[in-house]
Amino acid sequence: MKEIDVNFLEESFKKYYFEHSELIQVLERASEREFGYQKFNSGMIRHLSIKDDKELHLLCMQNIPSDIYCSNAYYSFPNLPMNEKDWKEADLIFDIDAKDLNLPCRENHSISICNECNKISKNSGKCDNCNSVKMEKKSLPCKNCIDSSKNEVLKLSEILINDFQINNENIHVYFSGNEGFHVYVYNSQFQQLGSRERSELVDYFMFKGAIPETFGMKKFKPNRLFFSDFNQSGWKGRFSKHIFGTKSKRSKIISELISNGYSSFQKTLVDVSQNIGVKIDPNVTMDIHRIFRLPGSINSKSGLTKTFCSDLKKFDPYTEASFLADDNIEVLANCPIEFKLKNRKFGPFFNEKVTVPRFVAVYMICKKLASLD
Amino acid sequence: MLELGQDEIAKYPFLADAGQYLKDKGFTLEQFGTDPDLKQLISKAFERIQVAADGKIYNSDLIGNQVSKEAALPREVFSFLLAIVLLKLSGMHTLIKRFALAEARRAEKYLEKDLGNISDESKNQLAIRIIDNLFLVKIKKSDEYFIIPVSDYLKHSINFHEREWKLINRHVENGQVFLSPHETVRLIRKELGTYINSKIVNAKTPTMIPGFEDSVNKLVLLSKKFKTFTVATGEHPPCIKHALEILEKGENLPHSGRFMLATFLLSKGQTVQQIAPLFKNAPDYNERVTLYQLNHLAGTSGSGTQYSCPSCEKLKTQSLCFVTSECNNIISPLQFGKKKQ
Repeated sequence: MKEIDVNFLEESFKKYYFEHSELIQVLERASEREFGYQKFNSGMIRHLSIKDDKELHLLCMQNIPSDIYCSNAYYSFPNLPMNEKDWKEADLIFDIDAKDLNLPCRENHSISICNECNKISKNSGKCDNCNSVKMEKKSLPCKNCIDSSKNEVLKLSEILINDFQINNENIHVYFSGNEGFHVYVYNSQFQQLGSRERSELVDYFMFKGAIPETFGMKKFKPNRLFFSDFNQSGWKGRFSKHIFGTKSKRSKIISELISNGYSSFQKTLVDVSQNIGVKIDPNVTMDIHRIFRLPGSINSKSGLTKTFCSDLKKFDPYTEASFLADDNIEVLANCPIEFKLKNRKFGPFFNEKVTVPRFVAVYMICKKLASLD
Repeated sequence: MLELGQDEIAKYPFLADAGQYLKDKGFTLEQFGTDPDLKQLISKAFERIQVAADGKIYNSDLIGNQVSKEAALPREVFSFLLAIVLLKLSGMHTLIKRFALAEARRAEKYLEKDLGNISDESKNQLAIRIIDNLFLVKIKKSDEYFIIPVSDYLKHSINFHEREWKLINRHVENGQVFLSPHETVRLIRKELGTYINSKIVNAKTPTMIPGFEDSVNKLVLLSKKFKTFTVATGEHPPCIKHALEILEKGENLPHSGRFMLATFLLSKGQTVQQIAPLFKNAPDYNERVTLYQLNHLAGTSGSGTQYSCPSCEKLKTQSLCFVTSECNNIISPLQFGKKKQ
């Protein structure tokens, strides 16, 4: 990123850190967690220990980070190298990202930027200008992306509450600051589980690895009496609702399933996992040493804040997560996609000088779709 | 420690304090080597090991839950204790492993019966306590099922590779997994084997006792049967082939895929310098970062930890597995193409 843009973003972020310090708070048991941060155009600095909000605010003002991170894990010595930290436990975390949902709307608001010549194009495979294949995809998520991500969060919460008896108060949902949501589960029976066990939980949420027998379909001499039903708990009930639709159709569909045979049933299980499984990023939940964007900090991919969602259904990230100032800034914008921030529409801009509010300028510069130059 | 009744020690002899048991019964090891009546028990102990070595479960003199004859009880326990003495004297680890596993399977049968025993609550409770004391698994009875917290279930089930043990294929409700007595006991099989194995490994090795030599020599011969040799074809498994193809095409291989490929090739003996060029076509290739990360995985920089190649199970979760029939139920890509001879 150009120096002039970096200076502008740092100035904007610094103002946020100063004026909204009440939003930037350490998580509970901060002294047991690992912190890290990045600066623009620079690598990650991690293995830091921060004990309270005051120390955190000092770090923000002194370093003006582009991104701030904090571990879900608790350690005896969070500031030592990884194998000396003495891992104790970790909150269970899920990452739901609109880019992983295979939504048809993505095509309309995604573009690719060539890493070699900076040319912006619709073609994600190869640059139209210089034929380079080093393309970086950028997306300006739309309402459908956010609503679909919310729907995945609701599916996830339903399983956490019903199958795993997690209290609603222990499930915290945050807008990630860019294209999705982070779900934190506190004080659960899973705190001490390692990576392999968490990977099993991931498969459970994603509906991966299910076998026909679980839902009553046997390989030999299948019997309709064993098929799962609506009122059953867990996946049996959810699978039944999805596959049978209504009670009146159940009997007919079971006959079809039996006549189609075992391997066809297996295929059905794989197919329905796309619909009923929760689309989480498996790597995130499995990783017990990761550092996550700190709630209340700015996401440098967008300039939006990672925000706690007290009422997910009503939450609108493009009004509630945008905290930067609205003074006028002139930028050279090359943003061929229209977007909405704070209830106002902007763009499309085709390589033109435009004057926009600061929060819009930051959004486009973070997306590499504008520059002060 | 658990208070055990007469027939419980016969069912679960590994719970007894061996030295104390012999003392209580008024015997010394030397007597078994010399006394003609007791000497038969050494043959019985040898038999018990031989059955285990063949992968079978020792057919006990116990009938059902009861001891058939008064005298059978000490015989059961003695043959177990003497088997351990023989194994220690032979020093054959393959046999110790097989013996521990077979004894675990044998104990499993009794645990299962005791758990499922609806007429005798005390038997039921004893089995629950054994599982809790030895394996820290808290199980509770709920009608005909046993329920166990999901987190406890996962700690054990991850050792299984059969899909029926995956959490998704289990009845899960209110944070608990529902299991039959059979499944409950099956869940701790590996730990039961490990427990018995560690008891044997940690037992003191006595000096050779007169009268034991023959059986010990026979055990050494027996263990030779189990040496295996493996040959490798050298071909890459489909997951690795797929990752290499993606890179060759200049497409994006996710971080987890790069991790798999690098750790796999490092394990196969390739150097960082040999592996680094593979990533040249990646859309975000940066030589400095690639070398840094490869050195980190190899353990030559950073914490010094050498990262190992993920298991097939993990790769499945990450959608990096492209299993073919040639995989032959392996559990790690590193096992691909290896054949026992």
